[in-house]
Amino acid sequence: MSIDQATVRKIASLARIAISDAEAAAMEGELNGILGWVEQLGEVDVTGVEPMTAVIPNSLRLRDDVVDADPLTGGGRRDDVLANAPAAMHGFFGVPKVIE
Amino acid sequence: MSDYRIKGETGEWEVVIGLEVHAQVTSNAKLFSGAATAFGAEPNTQVSLIDAAMPGMLPVPNRECIRQAVRTGMAIEAQINKWSRFDRKNYFYADLPQGYQISQLYHPLVGEGSLTIAADEKAGIPADKAIGVERIHVEQDAGKLMHDQHPTMSYVDLNRSGVALMEIVSRPDMRSPAEAGAYVRKLRSILRYVGSCDGNMEEGSMRADVNVSVRKPGDEFGTRTETKNVNSVRFVMAVIEGEAKRQVELIESGGTVVQETRLYDPDRNETRSMRSKEDAHDYRYFPDPDLLPLELDDAFLAECRASLPELPDAKRARYLAAGISPYNADVLTAEVEAARWFDTLLDAGAKPVAAANWVTSELFGALNRMGRDISDSPVSPAHAAELLGLVADGTISGTIAKQVFEKMLESGDAAGVIVERDGLKQTSDTGAIEAEIAKILTANADKVEQYKGGKEALFGFFVGQTMKAMQGKANPQVVNELLKKALG
Amino acid sequence: MTELTNLTVAQIRDGHRAGDFSAVEVAEAFNANVAGAKALNAFIVETPEHALAAAKAADADRAAGTLKPLSGVPIGMKDLFATNGVQTTAASHMLEGFVPRYESTVSAKLWDAGCGMLGKLNLDQFAMGSSNETSYFGNVISPWKRNDGGNAALAPGGSSGGSSSAIAARLCPAATGTDTGGSIRQPAAFVGISGIKPTYGRCSRWGIVAFASSLDQAGPMARDVKDCAIMLENMAGFDPKDATSLDMPVPNWEAALSSDLKGKTVGIPKEYRLEGIDPDIDAMWDAGIAMLKDAGAEVVEISLPHTKYALPAYYIIAPAEASSNLARYDGVRYGLRDLPQGAGLQDMYAATRADGFGPEVKRRIMIGTYVLSAGFYDAYYTQAQKVRTLIARDFEQAFASCDVILAPTAPSAAFGLGEKTADPLAMYLNDVFAVPASLAGLPAMSVPAALNREGLPLGLQIIGKAFDEQGVLNAGLAIEERAGFTARAEKWW
Repeated sequence: MSIDQATVRKIASLARIAISDAEAAAMEGELNGILGWVEQLGEVDVTGVEPMTAVIPNSLRLRDDVVDADPLTGGGRRDDVLANAPAAMHGFFGVPKVIE
Repeated sequence: MSDYRIKGETGEWEVVIGLEVHAQVTSNAKLFSGAATAFGAEPNTQVSLIDAAMPGMLPVPNRECIRQAVRTGMAIEAQINKWSRFDRKNYFYADLPQGYQISQLYHPLVGEGSLTIAADEKAGIPADKAIGVERIHVEQDAGKLMHDQHPTMSYVDLNRSGVALMEIVSRPDMRSPAEAGAYVRKLRSILRYVGSCDGNMEEGSMRADVNVSVRKPGDEFGTRTETKNVNSVRFVMAVIEGEAKRQVELIESGGTVVQETRLYDPDRNETRSMRSKEDAHDYRYFPDPDLLPLELDDAFLAECRASLPELPDAKRARYLAAGISPYNADVLTAEVEAARWFDTLLDAGAKPVAAANWVTSELFGALNRMGRDISDSPVSPAHAAELLGLVADGTISGTIAKQVFEKMLESGDAAGVIVERDGLKQTSDTGAIEAEIAKILTANADKVEQYKGGKEALFGFFVGQTMKAMQGKANPQVVNELLKKALG
Repeated sequence: MTELTNLTVAQIRDGHRAGDFSAVEVAEAFNANVAGAKALNAFIVETPEHALAAAKAADADRAAGTLKPLSGVPIGMKDLFATNGVQTTAASHMLEGFVPRYESTVSAKLWDAGCGMLGKLNLDQFAMGSSNETSYFGNVISPWKRNDGGNAALAPGGSSGGSSSAIAARLCPAATGTDTGGSIRQPAAFVGISGIKPTYGRCSRWGIVAFASSLDQAGPMARDVKDCAIMLENMAGFDPKDATSLDMPVPNWEAALSSDLKGKTVGIPKEYRLEGIDPDIDAMWDAGIAMLKDAGAEVVEISLPHTKYALPAYYIIAPAEASSNLARYDGVRYGLRDLPQGAGLQDMYAATRADGFGPEVKRRIMIGTYVLSAGFYDAYYTQAQKVRTLIARDFEQAFASCDVILAPTAPSAAFGLGEKTADPLAMYLNDVFAVPASLAGLPAMSVPAALNREGLPLGLQIIGKAFDEQGVLNAGLAIEERAGFTARAEKWW
C-alpha cells in the first residue's frame, strides 16, 4: 500500500499540522519507506491471537468518588491551570472566535 | 404500531427515530479526576491538571461513575459486560483539552437492554411498546465555549471537561415524536429512580442526539441526520417533526438526504447543518493506553444490583394490584420523589386507594397552588397518614378532613392536634344526634309528611340539616341510621 | 581525596554520611562541571541553586541526624519530567517556556529522598530519537571520540542523550531517563555507563511528558549497577495517580545485589545474531557469555521467533499512541501558540503544531495518524498489537528455560552526528535489540562491557522476567565485575 501526496495532506490535516507542498513531497517518500517496511507485519500468522491489552498482567484500579482528595488530581487551582496559557482572560482560556 | 405519518406529495412517509441520550452521571468528582462536578461554579475553578490535559497527566477512573452506569444498565435489564475498555476518540476542538475524548467504542460497559413506554391513546401510542437500547457506555464530557463575550475571541471554560456521561444509545425503534418523547420521559424517570442522573435537562444533565430518517412504510431505512444536543422533551419532538418534514420535502423535490450533523435552534424551531464538524469524522478510535481493561467482579455487580430501588414499572404494577386506578398509578410513579413520598405514606399505614386519591387530588392540588415540589411539601407523609387515619377510623368526616388539611398547611401542626384543639371530632353520640333529629323533624313537619308520602329524595335534606346542626361532626352513618329510625 | 565528581552515588551518599565531605562541596563541584561543559549541550536548563539548596538541607539533616536515603546526592533530571517551577520542554519548541505548577511523581520521590537537581537534561524531542539529534535545543554531544585521530562529534544515543552524556562527562553522578523503545539502554551503551528500564508500571508515569503510554517507563542511568539499584529504589513505587502503576512493594535491590549466579540460567537468543553485524558486537557478546559462566551461571540457547517483527510493530504502536498523546499540544492552554493574522481555531492548531514540532515528531504523528485512520486500523494497529502479544509470548516461553537473557544493547557503537539523520529507517534500526523487551514490558538494563576497535564503549543488555529487576541487576553486576570497564572519555570540552 503506497500513499500519495493527497493522502499525506489529508493525514496532515487530520493531525492538524500545516505542511507546504515541498514538505508533503518529502514526507510522501519518507512515509512510504516506513509504511512499506512495517507492512512486513502482514506476514505474521496471528490466527487466534488476541491483540495485547495490558503489557503486564494488572487490573484497572478504580478511584473513590471524593472531590479534591489530592491537590494534584483535584480542582480549585485555576491559577495553576491558567498560568501557562497563551491567552487567559477573566478566568477563561481565550481562542480565536469559533463559529459553530 | 404507530400510525404517525408525514403526508407528502408522493404519499405517506414513516419516520424512523433513534436517540443517543447523554446523561450526566451523578457523582461528586469527575470521571478521571478529583475535580468537583457541581453546576454553576466560576469558570475553570473545577478543573484539575488532568482535566486541563497538562503534559504528563493521567486518568484514573472514578468507581462511582462505573457503578452508576452499571446500575442504570441493570435497571433496563441490559447485559452488563464484566470486561470493557476505554477508547480514545480523537478530534481537535477548543472544548476538548486532550485532543481526544475518553469513551468506549469497541467494548462498552453495558450491552443490549430495553425499556417500555406506556400506551397513551391520546398521543397515538395504542399499546405498551418496548424500545431497544443498544448499549450504554461511559465517557467524558467536554468543556464549554462562550462566543458572545469578546468580539474576536471565544472563551473556554473547562469546568465540565471530564465530567462523567453515560451515552445511552437506543435502537431506531421509535416511529413518532410522541414515542420519542415518551422514551425520553421514561428514561429520565428510570435514571432518577436509580439515582444515576438528576435528569435536569435545563442544566444540561441530560441531552439527546436525535437521529431521524424517513421512508415509505415497508421500505429500507433512509439516510439519517443527527441533530446534536437537544435539551428538552419538547425540543426532541419538535426536531423530529421538523426534520422529518424537511427530509420528505427534500426527497420529493428530487434531493437526497445527506448523512450529517445538525444543530437545533429553538428560537426559530429549525435545524441547520453543522459544517464546522464535517471534516472531523475520522475519529481514529483506539484503546486508551493509559487505562487497562475494566474488569468487574461478582461482588461489585451484586452490590450494584442490591442497591437498585423498586423501578417505575414494578411500582406501578404494585399500585395497580393494591387497587389504585391506572391513572393514579401513572401519576404517582412518574416522578421518583412523588413515588417515594407516597410509599412512605403507605408505610405509615395509609390505605392505598384512599391515599392515592388524596395525594393526587388534595396534596397535588395544594402543592400546585403553593408552587411547591413534593420534596418540600409542608405536610410530611407521617402527618398525612395520621390525617387519612382519622378519616378511616371515623374520627372525622371527609369534609372535616379538608378543613384539617388546610389548617395543617397553614400551621404545620399534626392532624390529631388540630382536630382535638378545634373540636372537630366526629360524634357518634346517638343521644345528641337524636335530640337534633327530633328538633329538625318537628320544625319540618311538612317535609316529613311529604317524605312519608313517598318523596324519598327528601332523606338527603334531613341528613344535611342534621349534619349542619351537628356542625359537620356527626358520623354520617349514625345520622343515616337514626334518621331512618325516626322517619319510620 | 578523589575528585568529588568522580564519586558514584553510593560513594557520595556514604561519604557524606561519614562526614568525609559536605553536600555543599559535592553540589558545588558538580555545578562547576555543569557550567564548564556547555560544549556538550547536555542541559537545557541548569539549576545550580536547586542543587545547592538540597545540599544545604542535606548538611543540616546530617547535623540533625535526619539523613534521607539520598541526602547530598545531586542528579540530573531528563527534561521530560515535569518539575514544579522549572521549565519543562521535552526538548520541543512547543513547550519552550512552559513552567509546570506540579512535580512528576518520580522527581518528587527523588527530591523527597534528598536529591538535588543540577538541571534539566536535553533529550530527543518528545523522547523520539536514538541520537539526541531531534532536540529543538540542539544536539547533545557525546564526550567520547573515536581513537582514529579524527574529531567527529559522536551521538550520545537517544532519547536520554543529555543524561548519558552528562553522566559520562561527570556532570552528574546519576540521572533519570525514560525508555520507550531503548531510550535508557542505548544511550547508556553509547557512552559506557549503566541504565535500567524496570518492569512497566514500576515507576509512575504521572508527570512525565507522554510519548507512548503503553511503553514509556522511567529508570535511572548511572555509572554502575549498584547506583542504578539505589536510584531505582528511590524512583519506583506504587502511585494511585497512574492507573498502570504496579501496586507492589519496592524491593531492597541494593541490599540484595549479588554477582554469584550459581543456579541461574542465562538464555542467549539466537535471533539476535544478526547477519553482517559488527564483529566487535558479537565478540563482546561472546565475552559476556563467558563472564556469566564464570559467575556460575548455566548458559542455554533460546529462541524468540518473532524478534524480527518487534521493530515494525513498535513503529506502528508507538507512533499511534504518540499521535494521540501529542494532540494536547494545540496552543490553547499552554506552550506555543502560532496565530496567523485572521486565523480561525483550526488554522491556529495547524500553524502551532507545524511550528512547535520538529520533523521527527511530525513524522511519527503522521505515521500514527495514518495507521489509526479509517480503513487502516485493523491492518496496522490491531495486527501490530497481535504481533506484540506473540512477542510477549516468545519471552514467556523463553523464560521457562532461563532466568535472564543476555544480548547486545545496540547493533553498533555510537555513530557520528549527522550520519543517520538522512534515513529515518536506518536510525530506527539502531533500537532493534532494545525494542522487544519494551514491547513486552520487561525489565532490561545495559552495562558497559568493552571498547570496540575505535575505542568506543559497547554495552551488554540483560533482559529479565517481569518484576525481576533483581535478577537483571545481579547479572549486570556479574558482568560489571568481570568486564572491568574503567575507560572514560578524555576531557576535550
